[in-house]
Amino acid sequence: MIQREALSPPKVSWAQDGQAVVMTLTGDWLREGPALALEAEPPQHWPERYETGELGEFDSTLPAFLLAHLRSVEAVKDKEPSLLGLPDNLRGLMELALAVPERSDAKGQSDDDSDIKELGKMTLRAWAGIRATVEFVGESVLSFGRFFAGKARFRNSDFWLTLQECGIEALPIVSLISFLIGLILAFVGNVQLTNFGANIFVADLVGIAMVREMGVVMTGIIMSGRTGASFAAHIGSMKANEEIDALKTFGLNPFDFLVLPRLLALLLMMPILTIYANIVGILGGMLVGFFVGIPPVLYWNETLLSVDLTTASLGVFKSFFFAVAIAISGCMQGMRAGNSSAAVGQATTRAVVTSITAIIVLDSAFAAIFTILDI
Amino acid sequence: MSAPMPEPKAKISIRDLTMAYGSYVVMSDLNFDIQSRDIFVIMGGSGCGKSTLLRHLIGLREPAKGTVFYDGENFTTAEPDEREKFIRRFGVMYQSGALWSSLTLAENIALPLEEFTSMTPKAVRELVSYKLALVGLSGYEDYYPSQVSGGMNKRAGIARAMALDPDILFLDEPGAGLDPLSSRRLDDLILRLRDSLGSTVVIVTHELASIFAIANNSVFLDTETRTLGAVGNPSELKDHSDNPNVRRFLNRGKESAVTSP
Ligand SMILES: Nc1ncnc2c1ncn2[C@@H]1O[C@H](COP(=O)(O)OP(=O)(O)O)[C@@H](O)[C@H]1O
Ligand SMILES: [Mg+2]
Repeated sequence: MIQREALSPPKVSWAQDGQAVVMTLTGDWLREGPALALEAEPPQHWPERYETGELGEFDSTLPAFLLAHLRSVEAVKDKEPSLLGLPDNLRGLMELALAVPERSDAKGQSDDDSDIKELGKMTLRAWAGIRATVEFVGESVLSFGRFFAGKARFRNSDFWLTLQECGIEALPIVSLISFLIGLILAFVGNVQLTNFGANIFVADLVGIAMVREMGVVMTGIIMSGRTGASFAAHIGSMKANEEIDALKTFGLNPFDFLVLPRLLALLLMMPILTIYANIVGILGGMLVGFFVGIPPVLYWNETLLSVDLTTASLGVFKSFFFAVAIAISGCMQGMRAGNSSAAVGQATTRAVVTSITAIIVLDSAFAAIFTILDI
Repeated sequence: MSAPMPEPKAKISIRDLTMAYGSYVVMSDLNFDIQSRDIFVIMGGSGCGKSTLLRHLIGLREPAKGTVFYDGENFTTAEPDEREKFIRRFGVMYQSGALWSSLTLAENIALPLEEFTSMTPKAVRELVSYKLALVGLSGYEDYYPSQVSGGMNKRAGIARAMALDPDILFLDEPGAGLDPLSSRRLDDLILRLRDSLGSTVVIVTHELASIFAIANNSVFLDTETRTLGAVGNPSELKDHSDNPNVRRFLNRGKESAVTSP
């Protein structure tokens, strides 16, 4: 780098030469140099000529200033601004910058909507969201129909890969969480039940709570965060890359190709994971039982007595619905994502929020129904 | 061992550069110089390693063997903070544009200016408008990358690469996806940038028209031999290169009329 002597501040002045405006540029126009101080109000005409005898060094700040100035002045019809007197290299750049006219319809529309209008828009958006969900569920049912008719086309390897991702690879986290849940339930139950000298019923409490509610709900929430989010991110970034359009133009139905294998894999794995979570949770309870003086054999027998087949199948029954909720919200948010990486992030967030909400709402609904049916 | 010293006057010197992905060697033993104010073209068949070479020059990948020098200073072995000083002088346009998709075109160009200079917001705005005007995108300040076409994305990527008036501009296939007029403007822009700011420009491109129009020096990467095929001015290489692959490339597959001078 060349060492420079002190920089002189950039200056610009305008002079009237008969009819013509002459613009005088002096000093060094550098990004890191002194800032430009405008001394006079610029005239409302394009300069006819430039005086650059005293002009020092410059980088892009000078053409940037000139362009902004020329644009700020009312354009003269059918006339190019004159660049007379500018050094050659500067003139070249200015010509290039002025060559393509500014696109003026582009600048953003103002959003001065009234509150009522906003409310209306919000309602319409919410309605559109509901419709999209219903449509998506409908499409999935159709896709399912095609699958059973043997007409759905997807790659088997996709299915197996998803199966692995939402099955075996989820085992560690499912084990940890359900074990701890079983542990917690047993601790809390034990404190209360010991007061009545009935701490053997800890086994009943843990067994029923795990099998009816906690096992399936916790598995559902884990899978929402793990698998639902990954569905949304994967499909969302495919959308952003026009990969989904590429599928369509080959006549492949993106629903059959992307949503169906994921839905099937989750439908298969959720019940298995739920049963697994139930058992691990009961083992967690058993560990606490052991420490508070309930022999494991006794604990196990008590569990078998309290959890009959009907109770045991309730959680598994619910897991199918949760699987659908997770797969659909993940895939739907992915498919509806915008075309940028930020949109993929938003889609992932929405997928997790929707599927957890759906799981809790569904679970409450089931609780009400089972109560009415007295199961 | 007498390693050949690079001439200190070359802007960029590449010595014995071997590039590999794991055990897969892309190109080996590249030796060439890029002089200051050169418009230097890297050419070669698709997939021969041009983008890879560019990534080695800007330090995104480490050489399997060999060294890259800037102004005679060793870039490959430089400490991270020393390396950052080199990198500050680079402007890079990636093959896919690589604009930040959550920022508008204007914000994309403003980001380096806001991070690395003390310019006022007004000056930044003016500079951004000017850079966009240079690539013919005046008025698209508030558009997001996903709302403009592929070619426009590319041009905005070039504007972003030029944001800090870089000393060396690296462009990866800037002409691909542009219409002939925009492509021509781009050639014009590159020449004028070199002339006005004294930048050195390193371009990966296949566009023969623009190669002959702007390049004063070039390197040809040969897919068959996996090393350098030729170095020199493309207009001369076209008919007078010793390497038939180079002649074929520069004559669009037709053997050149004059095979031996
Ligand atoms: N990340 C990577 N890992 C392994 N191989 C790669 C990677 N990127 C590129 N390659 C290989 O290196 C070669 C050169 O690639 P590239 O430099 O992108 O080619 P081009 O000359 O078209 O720009 C190709 O054969 C490609 O398969
Ligand atoms: Mg490439």
